[in-house]
Amino acid sequence: MTATQTISGTTRGHRNFMAEVASLTAGDSRLEMCIQCGTCGGSCPSAADMDHTPRMLFAMVRAGMKEQVLRSNTPFMCVSCYFCAVRCPQEIHIPDVMYVLKAMATNEGRVPDRTAPDFSRTFVNNIHRYGRSFEVGLVLRHYLRHYLTRLPGMAPMGIGMVTKGRIGFRPHQIKGRDGLRKILVRAAELEAEA
Amino acid sequence: MSRFLYYPGCSMDSSARAYGDSIEEVCRPLEIDLQEIDDWNCCGASEYMALSQTRAFALISRNLALAERQKNGTDTLIAPCSLCYLNLAKTDHYMQEDPRLSKKLNMALDADGLSYTPGALAVRHLLDIVLDEVGLEKVRSHVVKPLTGLRLAPYLGCLVTRPDYGHRWRSREHPKELDHLLAALGAEVVDFPLRTECCGGHMTQISPGTGFELIRRLVDAAARQGADALVTLCPMCQMNVDAYQAEMNRHYKSSYHMPILFFTQLMGIAFGSPPDMLGFGTELVSASGVLAKIGVKQPETPEAEAAGAAARKHRPKQTGLPMPVMPADEEGQR
Repeated sequence: MTATQTISGTTRGHRNFMAEVASLTAGDSRLEMCIQCGTCGGSCPSAADMDHTPRMLFAMVRAGMKEQVLRSNTPFMCVSCYFCAVRCPQEIHIPDVMYVLKAMATNEGRVPDRTAPDFSRTFVNNIHRYGRSFEVGLVLRHYLRHYLTRLPGMAPMGIGMVTKGRIGFRPHQIKGRDGLRKILVRAAELEAEA
Repeated sequence: MSRFLYYPGCSMDSSARAYGDSIEEVCRPLEIDLQEIDDWNCCGASEYMALSQTRAFALISRNLALAERQKNGTDTLIAPCSLCYLNLAKTDHYMQEDPRLSKKLNMALDADGLSYTPGALAVRHLLDIVLDEVGLEKVRSHVVKPLTGLRLAPYLGCLVTRPDYGHRWRSREHPKELDHLLAALGAEVVDFPLRTECCGGHMTQISPGTGFELIRRLVDAAARQGADALVTLCPMCQMNVDAYQAEMNRHYKSSYHMPILFFTQLMGIAFGSPPDMLGFGTELVSASGVLAKIGVKQPETPEAEAAGAAARKHRPKQTGLPMPVMPADEEGQR
């Protein structure tokens, strides 16, 4: 069967995928404790839009299906509401694992769709530049790139936000920008060493 | 006067200005002295974690380090935004649990001469402080304009009671504390089972259909209970339900009108503060009907009129909109 061949084919190089994911997760992820009960997917408000339920995704992680896991939209559809986390009978840190999978997919360039990673990158670039989030810069850039057709419909909302003084057109810059950048550069070096 | 360290978060002087203003307004009578962390940085929201764990934690730990350095008779750090609160609490929690992470983050912080001792601060959400440190007795004693007749849906969202690293809440899915606060202000609290459901977070930006569905569930449930407004404690929840309600309505060809207000705005009204000091009028789904119901006049802002379609949406009959209205939505509409 083709499906089986694909699965065994990709498994070969990625026997340690689960260990890799667990080691990148802060604290003890408890990922290997999954008993496949499905409480996570049953509790998930966005499960309907996911390629795989969290339960299935974790079985795929265990099976070493790295390629398929990183190409799944599931981690990106996670809204990080922690319903699964507090209901999981094995107390697996599911949202934290989802963040790790998002980062792996993005950094290895295997994401299913560019919208979410681009939004994260734009957001983070603003932090590097200013030390604070810059809402209008973020949203404008993001919509121009990904939601051009949504923009006309968004105009009333944008105008409302502006006239009601809820948008700052100049980013607030922190004084310690250079220090913050040093911290982040050092963190990146430490991450690369690990 | 109780003194606390304060991490406002980036939205507090822009999109959630109403929250920032009303916090200032209600903290004064409650004798809560908020000492803002000097030169704090963004917590990374839900975006930095999606790119790098170590750098995201390092970013957040700078705020913890600055706060620890600024400790001045208090070790409590308050965040009014759910996501900031979670990020700060999470970083402190994992630094305590994982010495390797703590060492790594302190090495990163050292690049700018900073350090943080895991567990040095108690990170708490503002609502928790109002309920637990101030107490309902004191809140009640300041009520001069009870919210009698207002039907409010308490909406806490996800991250304040979950995962609850500090074990501060009795229930992580059905907490009743916000109900008690609103009742103490004299309001009628409607049954709102979706109180800790998700608003969609950044889904309105990366997968709009997913986001609109989550927003629809909230406003629909509140409308069916006959609520006058949702009451929130999170800038992200407010932004999604308020600013994206019009786009959500277009998406579903519905016509919900469900204002969403910060709990501090309602506290301020009950304490007798003028609405314009509490950020009323900055919401896109107008809350003037909410204020009118208790005999308070919405501040006259020229902006409100100039807001174009956003303001026009709030005229009593919305049949003028070029949108068909589904019978089901009529029913949910009040």
